[in-house]
Amino acid sequence: MSNLIEIRWHGRGGQGAKTASLLLADAAFNTGKYIQGFPEYGPERMGAPITAYNRISDEPITIHSNIYEPDYVVVVDDTLLETVNVTSGLKETGAIIINSTKDGDELKKLLNGYKGDIYKIDARKISMEALGKYFPNTPMLASIVKVSKIMSDEDFLADMMGSFKHKFAKKPEVIDGNMKALELALNQIEKI
Amino acid sequence: MGIRERLSGNEASATAMKQINPDVVAAFPITPSTEIPQYFSTFVSNGTVDTEFVAVESEHSAMSACIGAEAAGARAMTATSANGLSLMWEMIYIASSLRLPIVMSLVNRAVSGPLNIHNDHSDAMGVRDSGWIQLFSENNQEAYDNLIMAHRIAENKDVLLPLMVCQDGFITSHSIENIELIEDEKVKEFVGKYKPEHYLLNDKEPMAIGPLDLQAYLFEHKKQQAEAMRNAKKVILDVAKDFEKMTGRKYGFFEEYKLDDAEIAIVCMNSTAGTTKYTIDKLREKGIKAGLLKVRVYRPFPAEEIAESLKHLKAVAVLDKADSLNAIGGALYEDVVSGLYQAKATVPTVNYVYGIGGRDTKSDDIEKVFNDLAQIAKEGKVENPYRYLGVRGDK
Repeated sequence: MSNLIEIRWHGRGGQGAKTASLLLADAAFNTGKYIQGFPEYGPERMGAPITAYNRISDEPITIHSNIYEPDYVVVVDDTLLETVNVTSGLKETGAIIINSTKDGDELKKLLNGYKGDIYKIDARKISMEALGKYFPNTPMLASIVKVSKIMSDEDFLADMMGSFKHKFAKKPEVIDGNMKALELALNQIEKI
Repeated sequence: MGIRERLSGNEASATAMKQINPDVVAAFPITPSTEIPQYFSTFVSNGTVDTEFVAVESEHSAMSACIGAEAAGARAMTATSANGLSLMWEMIYIASSLRLPIVMSLVNRAVSGPLNIHNDHSDAMGVRDSGWIQLFSENNQEAYDNLIMAHRIAENKDVLLPLMVCQDGFITSHSIENIELIEDEKVKEFVGKYKPEHYLLNDKEPMAIGPLDLQAYLFEHKKQQAEAMRNAKKVILDVAKDFEKMTGRKYGFFEEYKLDDAEIAIVCMNSTAGTTKYTIDKLREKGIKAGLLKVRVYRPFPAEEIAESLKHLKAVAVLDKADSLNAIGGALYEDVVSGLYQAKATVPTVNYVYGIGGRDTKSDDIEKVFNDLAQIAKEGKVENPYRYLGVRGDK
């Protein structure tokens, strides 16, 4: 299973990390992949650290454990960097994506000397601009697609348009904002 | 063919129930099976199914309502987990002894206490001797397929026993994965209409159900239950054959994975079998002849068949996701070992209690078991057969 991609999400309860992992699974599924999308359930409550996972492969996936050596880590809330060892097991051939306004050196100091690629994105700014509210998961979803190259930007946007039309069938007014958040994120993610 | 989809194990189970469209579903929500009645009640509200959904006030009532419905001549289903099943306990035995082919989706979770909502098999193991057929499922696909096959097995006139389809709470119940669904029409045709021979609402045959059954008869009735359980073995295989014709997916009492030429093997159930397959593939690349026997049908227990499949091995590890707290070993281990003994197969066999209360079972853990097995195979003996995997404070 050499083509297996493993992703770990770190967020706080209420930020939509679980939903983002399920949307990523959906998007990859729609390109013909085998997928897993699952959260690690604990005592969930608003604001508590939560973890969610994705596996994406060209072949059927049989393993059913949490992910300990991910190819990619997505950090939805940079306050977690001080309390959770987000780079634990992260492959140095992989990358970490952090939602943050901190500068590069400051972020690096918080990553225990992680030697792989580090990306940052200001999901708050994007979300406020596109949606007028703070929903970091949509920009973070676009970021991981961009960095992991699971699919092309065009395929991803087309697929998400379909998903949002379905997901927001009862409130279509938020579709444009969510699409804008994805597009801004695809353009604004930066490598440190 | 089939329909390519991605669903969680709970979604897959609710979808199977939708396609089966039973007459009655009675359920009370409990983590991690809550989503099954939740999704199903949406199908009821939307008119997708014409099932009578009974929103009961407890699991005891859920099973009671299923018993009443099934005895009346209806096809009844429910879903539960852990303490929900514990509360059903009294009615679980009544359902099987009244020979009512109720079908349950059991999303396995640790039975309290202390309170834990995560996966192990202590709920299913607690009712292993209650006269229910028990099918275990590695993933969402198997949870779905087992449910589609369930009524054909349970309602067969040589069987008439209730049946539970087990899957691992959270690990598969809440994981979105690929699945191949069967078209609605095909499921409808495969499952067929429920035509009970004797039922309460038949005014041409007035009858009583569940009367006093004392020294003169109870023993004979229990023996009939035991015979029905034995009969279920053939029926399970017959139904699997028809299912394979429809879907191409093959099911037996158990699945063998790279077992033919294996020297060492693991026996386990549900999602850990998937992790074991993944680990076996890695070990095979290093030339280690590892294999798996994944038990699908736990009750009735296919002891002879399992012994036949294991007898060529140099060492076997049986993984139990429930501790029997009996100073002997886990339930699956005892069943496998007793099968091997009956078959006069002297394979060194060791037991690992693992994954209790949702303790994650990693590929590394499985690899450790295979390393132990390689050692046992070399020495040809087991010093300490009742072991633990992944617990702190263990040597």
